[in-house]
Formats: sequence, C-alpha cells, structure tokens
Amino acid sequence: MADEVKLYAVAGSPFVCRAKIALNIKGIKYENLEQDLRNKSAELIKYNPVHKKVPVLVHNGNAISESLVIVEYIDDVWKGVPILPQDPYEKAVARFWAKFIDDKCIPAIFKAFPQGNEQTDAEALEQLQILENELKVKGTKFFGGDNINLVDIAAGFIAYWLGVIQEAAGKELVTKEKFPKLTVWADDFVNFEVVKEVLPPRENLLGFFKKRFGKA
Amino acid sequence: MAGSEVVLLDFWASMFSMRVKIALAEKGIEYECKEEDLGNKSSLLLEMNPIHKKVPVLIHNGKPVNESGIIVQYIDETWNEKSPLMPSDPYVRAQARFWADYVDKKVYDASKRTWTLKGEEQEKAKKEFIEILKVLEGQIGEKTYFMGESFGYADIALVTFYSWFYTFETFGNISIEKECPKLIAWAKRCMQRDSVSKTLPDSRKIYEVVMEFSRKLGL
Repeated sequence: MADEVKLYAVAGSPFVCRAKIALNIKGIKYENLEQDLRNKSAELIKYNPVHKKVPVLVHNGNAISESLVIVEYIDDVWKGVPILPQDPYEKAVARFWAKFIDDKCIPAIFKAFPQGNEQTDAEALEQLQILENELKVKGTKFFGGDNINLVDIAAGFIAYWLGVIQEAAGKELVTKEKFPKLTVWADDFVNFEVVKEVLPPRENLLGFFKKRFGKA
Repeated sequence: MAGSEVVLLDFWASMFSMRVKIALAEKGIEYECKEEDLGNKSSLLLEMNPIHKKVPVLIHNGKPVNESGIIVQYIDETWNEKSPLMPSDPYVRAQARFWADYVDKKVYDASKRTWTLKGEEQEKAKKEFIEILKVLEGQIGEKTYFMGESFGYADIALVTFYSWFYTFETFGNISIEKECPKLIAWAKRCMQRDSVSKTLPDSRKIYEVVMEFSRKLGL
C-alpha cells in the first residue's frame, strides 16, 4: 500500500522547513498543502485543533503537529539516513540542543528584532554565544558531525532566517567577527544539498520581513 | 545495567524532578538522590548543568542528562528491558511527545500565574489554567491513561503537577475536581501506582513551602 504523506505548510516558515528537510533527507514524496494563516482552513483546524498552526504532517490520515515532534516521527518511521543519533546519550544531547534553540535562542532573536534594546540584544548574543562555543568544542562541520542532524535542522532558523531578519531590520547583531564558527556552519548548512533544495527563496523572505518590520 | 552509577540532582518540590523519580521507580533503578538548595546551588549542579543551572539533572556514569522530558526518554531507552515508558507505535509515540510538549509549554506558566498574581490578573490566569486542564482532560477522555491502557511518558509529564493542585486551589480559590473531574479521576488512577504515590510529596507540604516562599517574596 502506498504511503500518503501530506504536509500542511507555509512556504516561509522555518518550522515548516524543518519538516521539509527531514522528509527530504529520507527521500519521502509528499503533497505540500500551502495554508493561509489569516484564514485557516477547516482541514488545518481538524488536524491541529490544539494549536491550529503549521507544520502538520498527515501520514495515512494520522496527524502529527509540532515541528520537532514531526522530525522525530519522520526519523522513527522511515529508515535510511538517520536524523537522530542511535546512542541514547548522544540522542539526549541532541534533544537538549534542539530544545535550547527553541526555548532560548529563537525567542531571544525575535525579541531583539527589529529594534530591541540593550537587554534584548545582550540576551540574544548570550544564547548564540553558547551555540558558538558548542561548535568550537565539537570541532565538526555540523552539530551532527559530517552530516546534519536534529540540532542542525532545529538551528536552520539561525542559519538562514536570522540573516534575512538582520537585513530587513537594518540591524546587524550577529557578525562574522563575533561568531566565526556559526557563520561558517550557517554557510555549510544552507548549501547542504537536502537543505538547499527546500529553503524558501531569500527574496521572498526579505520582502516578508521588510513588510512586517514596516520597512518595505 | 548492574554496576552503573546513577545520581539525581533533585529538589523535592519540583514537579520536573518528580518526573524523573517516577521514571526511575518504574524501571526499578537504584540511584543516589542529592537534594539541592536552589538558593545555594552546589558546584556539582553548576558543573553538570552550566547552561540552565536547574534541576533535575541525571548523572549516569559521570555524564549529565538535562531537561526532565529528555531525561525520562533517556531512562526509557537505556534501561529498555522492562516497563516501557514510550508507546511502541511511532504515531502513538508522537502523540505522547506532543502532549508532554503541551504540558511543558502551557501548564507550568499558567499554573504559576494562579498563585503569583492578584485581582483581575489572577482571575484571568485561573480561567486560562482551567481551560488548559480541560484540554488535557479531553485528551484523556474515557481512557485509563493518556495513550490508552499503558502508563507512560505523557502521564508522567502531567501527573507530577497533581501534588501542586492543592496549592493552586487554595491560592486561587478554585476546585479543580469540580472543573475537571475526569482529570482528577485519572490522577487518582496514576496514584495507585507505587512509582507515583511514593514519589509525589504530600500536597500540604508543597502548599506550606509555597506559602513561605510567597511570603518572602511579599506576594
């Protein structure tokens, strides 16, 4: 029986992109259902009644929500290139960093842009410095080693969206000088084949954020 | 896993630490419990969890695991010969993770607001908190546990808050049993398990320590 895989998506969402990267890593064919979040479809509400957000993965009629839950589900169901480490301890470490990115880094970045203040800027820099240090300590190309793993996928926002946000806001907080490891990692990440293929076009994102920041 | 060394950095009133203790008890794992004074954190805690400096921390053969949900999954994957805590089906497992995530994102903050706020803000917080509990109650429905017949990850994520219900009810002047009877029934079913009843502290003791804490804060 053929698998039916649908992804309720919004092209510019970094969280949707996590699911797309995971599906691409496993080579899964899926139907992309673009959503209008200002006018939510009955289907989206049916499949994610609790949060009413994207992404939602619907696999043979079963709906899964929350991007990191979706990524782990994809890794559980489809074998092939692994997204999480096999070893329980390494897995716990990967989950820790993915949670850190979601709980600390991303909220801090949103608070610091488009304007922010001294405090929000310091907070964002502090959280990103922790990631920078982790890359330094690991000494590998990606958080996952030679290949991307759950942590790299979670950090996609930092690799791609952060640069767009900085440009749209006209505010450069995260520089190559202050974050040499993250800068190189970001470049490697966005050029990694399975990522490159699913990233939304930069001009579209830039236009979106400029409009959102009232700078269009 | 004979001969392995397991240490838990703990705070007795923390619903997050309780999650780990339930998981360890379900698996029958022997461990050393080190109580932390959160006002005067040990150098071990700061070394093992430098980023968050929080409990619980599980130290297994010298290596730290942080974040209660991650620790519970680690325990399940490492001591995997008996008492599985995660569902075996990937879709049901994803649901368990979703609901534990929902508890993490919603319950703690909403519950804290019911005893740290006053007046109109507190009324709003109480309403929000009950709404969240109703969503969880709806998910359990007529089932024995969150995911069906087996006690597991999602139950562990929420049931530890049960020891705090008396505190929320007394500070907030609400009855959770009246608003969410099925949720209380589920909690009582969980309490029939030794791992839960022997882990959760007396609700009144929690209330006393929260009273003292809020008095100190001038709340």
